[in-house]
Amino acid sequence: MSTVIKVENLSKQYRLGEVGSGTISHDLNRWWHKLRGKEDPYIKLGEVNDRTIKGTSDYVWALRDINFEVKQGELLGIIGKNGAGKSTLLKLLSRVASPTLGTIKAKGRIASLLEVGTGFNDQLTGRENVFLNGAILGMTKAEIRSKLDEIIAFSGTERYIDTPVKRYSSGMRVRLAFAVAAHLEPEILIVDEVLAVGDAEFQKKAIGKMQDVSKGGNRTVLFVSHNMAAIQALCSRAILLKNGSVWNQGNVKDMISYYLADNDGAERKSYMHWKEGSRPGGESIEIISIHLEDSHSNNNEEFYLDEEVYIKIRFKSKSEGARINYSISIYGKGEEYILASPSINDPYYRIPLEEGIYESCCVIPANLFNEGDFNISVLLVNNVNRVICHLEKIITLSYIDNGKKRGNYFGTWNGLIRPELCWNTKKVE
Amino acid sequence: MKEKEEDWSLVIEPKSSLFDLQLKEVWRYRDLLQMFVTRDFIAVYKQTILGPIWFFLQPLFTTITFTIVFGNIAGISTGGVPPLLFYMAGITCWNYFAACLTATSNTFVGNANIFGKVYFPRVITPLAIVVSNMLKFGVQFVLFLLLLSYYIFTGADVQPNAYLLLVPLLVVLMAIIAMGFGMLISAMTTRYRDLQFLIGFGVQLAMYASTVIYPVSGIPEKYKTFIMANPMSSIIEVFRFAFLSSGSFQWMYVIYPTVFAVVIFILGMIVFNKVEKTFLDTV
Repeated sequence: MSTVIKVENLSKQYRLGEVGSGTISHDLNRWWHKLRGKEDPYIKLGEVNDRTIKGTSDYVWALRDINFEVKQGELLGIIGKNGAGKSTLLKLLSRVASPTLGTIKAKGRIASLLEVGTGFNDQLTGRENVFLNGAILGMTKAEIRSKLDEIIAFSGTERYIDTPVKRYSSGMRVRLAFAVAAHLEPEILIVDEVLAVGDAEFQKKAIGKMQDVSKGGNRTVLFVSHNMAAIQALCSRAILLKNGSVWNQGNVKDMISYYLADNDGAERKSYMHWKEGSRPGGESIEIISIHLEDSHSNNNEEFYLDEEVYIKIRFKSKSEGARINYSISIYGKGEEYILASPSINDPYYRIPLEEGIYESCCVIPANLFNEGDFNISVLLVNNVNRVICHLEKIITLSYIDNGKKRGNYFGTWNGLIRPELCWNTKKVE
Repeated sequence: MKEKEEDWSLVIEPKSSLFDLQLKEVWRYRDLLQMFVTRDFIAVYKQTILGPIWFFLQPLFTTITFTIVFGNIAGISTGGVPPLLFYMAGITCWNYFAACLTATSNTFVGNANIFGKVYFPRVITPLAIVVSNMLKFGVQFVLFLLLLSYYIFTGADVQPNAYLLLVPLLVVLMAIIAMGFGMLISAMTTRYRDLQFLIGFGVQLAMYASTVIYPVSGIPEKYKTFIMANPMSSIIEVFRFAFLSSGSFQWMYVIYPTVFAVVIFILGMIVFNKVEKTFLDTV
């Protein structure tokens, strides 16, 4: 397999702040340096693009020294947190923006689906827009004409095809737009978050189309998404971007686990620890920490759907004889109250404690919840009914889907819980 | 695995040469140019009852208004030509020039949305504007010809002459000047929006500084250099001379706009090409 894309020392600098009268002085200075054959005075400035920290320079590197290669027929995933430079990289690859330094070399036509439906004109009919949009994406008229029936069928908008697009529902618009884009036949296709559009049935079609594209073996797809399930299922290799640089690249599974393990900068929400003096509790009991763990005792931020999660509560019994019990409550993102679980089956339930440090553990079984964030509240009760403390939504449990239990479906899986129910079909007659 | 440099069909680099017109690319996207032209031409008059008739009505009413205001009320001389014909000749030309200039000068700012998502040679956009306006110009030109034949038929003192051969050149010159100027302004507005305000009333004012409403012979000597500096003055004068045999003809009236067109077009192209690559960061 030959290399179809080669990216060398690619960098992109952006200027922060407003463009105003200050710009003209920088422009003039830059021009003056250029006139004397000197280097751009602002090219050396610039900092790593970490938007959480206040910087000292007006210039920032959205991408810095990116190097990678893509082989023919490869389905490459590009992952990274928000602001890592994914979109900038795609913009450079699709020639929408131009690099500050470095080069991109490619073999064949690059087409990008950064956002479908670009250039749709409300006044024109669906059919006219197919031609217009196709031409914008780089197809010739003859190409579009030969695929017109296929495009219309794929979009499922036959009935409306001679109606102005302004009468379309937003879903129909997107379907038609994606249908045009999906029938492009470039050697290199760049796809950004297609999974975010359309309903489940349409997403399935879209994913299927992407798989078909790469199956032929000659065409290459670069796929950017926050949907790890889709990345894992579609791509073989991935590039992990962080703060504008290639942090790591290789096998897609490894990259996803690096991506998930990388939490610095973000607020730690699966671990709460209180210093002495500020601990919640009463004169007999105080809570030291509450955190989530996986089966290997790792305190992760995110857990896979199919693994057990342990809620560990560490506390100090300051005097002898306290008889405590816990209760946890779990809420969905929309504040839905999902469940409560008191510690009735705990061997220490209402048994007097000695002085010392204890750890209570509550196991959340695998395959119980669906993807997403869940808030957990902890209630600590002493002597049957005296509430010592009620820590509301104190930690967050985040589940992500590793795609193992999905079959061939990559769309949104609705519902707060996702237990595996038993299915069985028998022939009865 | 060794790759020879020439194997790459696409190389994206920070800088390109000043005169890189990407003609090959433009040619490859010629269907897009055609789609844009159709879109501009069709979309404007969708959901109107009169449709393309508006192309006729607009210059017709302007001509009538000019005839009343400048001809009858202000009493400006038209050099012996029937005022309707005189004004319509000027307006047809000026409309084309002004429409092209105003639209092309908005290329980057007005299309930032689409430019930010898809790549195609940006120069397609101003080209499409110039071409689709040429269709509108064609329609208005037919109206002018109809009016002209009516006057010739009724025996007015107008006769087309051999200089008609220059008319295609005049149209091309108008297109090039408008496009060159438009690209220049469009490129500069990405950074400094001030120009957007300027172009709005600038085009209107420039009409008064051209020979749309008066003949060259009617210009007082002290303003002559100023008004003839506007290349549209010469173009309109030659246009009128060719169709109406009114006014005068000098080869200078052709040479000056040609030189002007070439210079402004090259300048516009250079700046446009430069900005094309970076405008997304500043727009």
